[in-house]
Amino acid sequence: MKYLILMQVDPAVLEQLTDEQQRQLREGHAAFMAETKERGEFIATQALADPSQSKVIRSSGSGPEVTDGPFVESKEFMGGFYLIDVADEARAVELAEQIPDANIPGLALELRPVMFADLGDG
Amino acid sequence: MTADSRPDEGLWRELTRQALARLVRTCGSARFDLCEDAVQEALLHAYQRWPTQFPDDPLGWLTATARRRYADHARSDARRRHRETRAVSSHPPVSPEAAQRDDSLLVLQLCCHPELPRSGQVALTLRAVAGLTTAQIANVYQVPESTIAQRITRAKRRVSELGRPLPSPEHAEERVTAVLDVLYVMFTEAHHTTTGAPPRDADLAAEAIHLTRLLRGSLPESTEVAGLLALMLLSESRHPSRIGPDGDLKPFDEQDRTLWDRELIDEGTKLVERVTPAAEPGPYLLQACIAALHAEALDIATTDWDEILALYRVLELVTGHGNPTITLNRIVAQAMVDGNDTALAQIDVLEADHPRLPRINAVRAHLLEQANRPEDAASAYRRAIAATVNLAEQQHLRNRLRGLSGVNE
Repeated sequence: MKYLILMQVDPAVLEQLTDEQQRQLREGHAAFMAETKERGEFIATQALADPSQSKVIRSSGSGPEVTDGPFVESKEFMGGFYLIDVADEARAVELAEQIPDANIPGLALELRPVMFADLGDG
Repeated sequence: MTADSRPDEGLWRELTRQALARLVRTCGSARFDLCEDAVQEALLHAYQRWPTQFPDDPLGWLTATARRRYADHARSDARRRHRETRAVSSHPPVSPEAAQRDDSLLVLQLCCHPELPRSGQVALTLRAVAGLTTAQIANVYQVPESTIAQRITRAKRRVSELGRPLPSPEHAEERVTAVLDVLYVMFTEAHHTTTGAPPRDADLAAEAIHLTRLLRGSLPESTEVAGLLALMLLSESRHPSRIGPDGDLKPFDEQDRTLWDRELIDEGTKLVERVTPAAEPGPYLLQACIAALHAEALDIATTDWDEILALYRVLELVTGHGNPTITLNRIVAQAMVDGNDTALAQIDVLEADHPRLPRINAVRAHLLEQANRPEDAASAYRRAIAATVNLAEQQHLRNRLRGLSGVNE
């Protein structure tokens, strides 16, 4: 079963992190990637730029219209994701709990099952 | 390099499997990972050499080469040097017909070792017994090749760590359940690919059937092996009717039965008829019997639902009432025998125990639609649409919802 682990971040929370917390965050993510790779559960991860960099493209009724800024204004946004392939939901939850964000108040993870995947011809 | 001077892929894979089986039999399952590496190296060597120098006895050549590679690796391991190299080098050449049956079974049992995680069992079986490349397996599952390679490496290492004594042929039957379960998972995963999915490098259903035939060759007396093979053949016979002309998933009750593959049905049905079940028929044989009854019916109305319901009750019994999916299928049969109201009441009971059981709302919606309750059916369809993780099934449920009479979306 493939799952997407969405990382919900809050810039205000990230600003307040001590050096020690930042180090733990970095090392925690590195350890998470190493373990899921070693176990054959890792597919991909990506981190996204700040929503201020976003453009939204939507129909104006007479064709696409491009506007600056995020789709929804909010304090938290999706900062990135992990794509994993695991035995079941219980294992996916177990892994999400290992991500250091799960232990920092104000950050959160969302787990969603994947319905369709095409990784290209690579 | 010309393609015609090399064996075709099927033969390559057959040779790989047999060479590995012989090597593992010689060296022991505790060295499974080394054996598999040695066979892969020998294959690479054969691939370079055979186009210009094709051996008279390809299997003998491959096995001997793999054995030499293994001995090289073993020699470099000083602690085992004497014992290993002597055992391997002094092993007499194997005649082509020697002990093949048991060896295939042996490798299958090692790959499907109950201690391995399911994904490791499947990946290792596809690689070591079916002979697929890591790239082909990765393509089937749409994960990176490195992910599959890592699963295989871990699984091989675990098999070697477990290093139990080799199963003896006379006790093969009792160790075979894990193999059957892995092959069935492999087969059912083949049908989870969604419509519009990218073309796959390998057909998992075909691989699973091929491996089950192999297993039946090793264990001709096993009623469960025969049952699983029949179940696969009968399920596969419906494959041509699963996707409609518009590319939509066609559920069982909407399939065009004239498209079902009669040859597969005949073979599957004959298998079921030939088997004399033991005192207690096993779950795969029971499911094959149910599939055979469906296959011989002209349509839903003339299907022998009484018999199917009886078989599901036995199936619930032999699986200790521990499988809610079997119960859900039994309720579908029960609706045909005792009516929708009885079935709907039983679905409520089942849902209380298994609130997230896959397809429970899809079945409920279907029964409500049959019972002429379009409003309730619509709400069950909406819940089923939200609950499914299969894209083709979701599309099908949306079509059913739109088709409900008197319900405005």
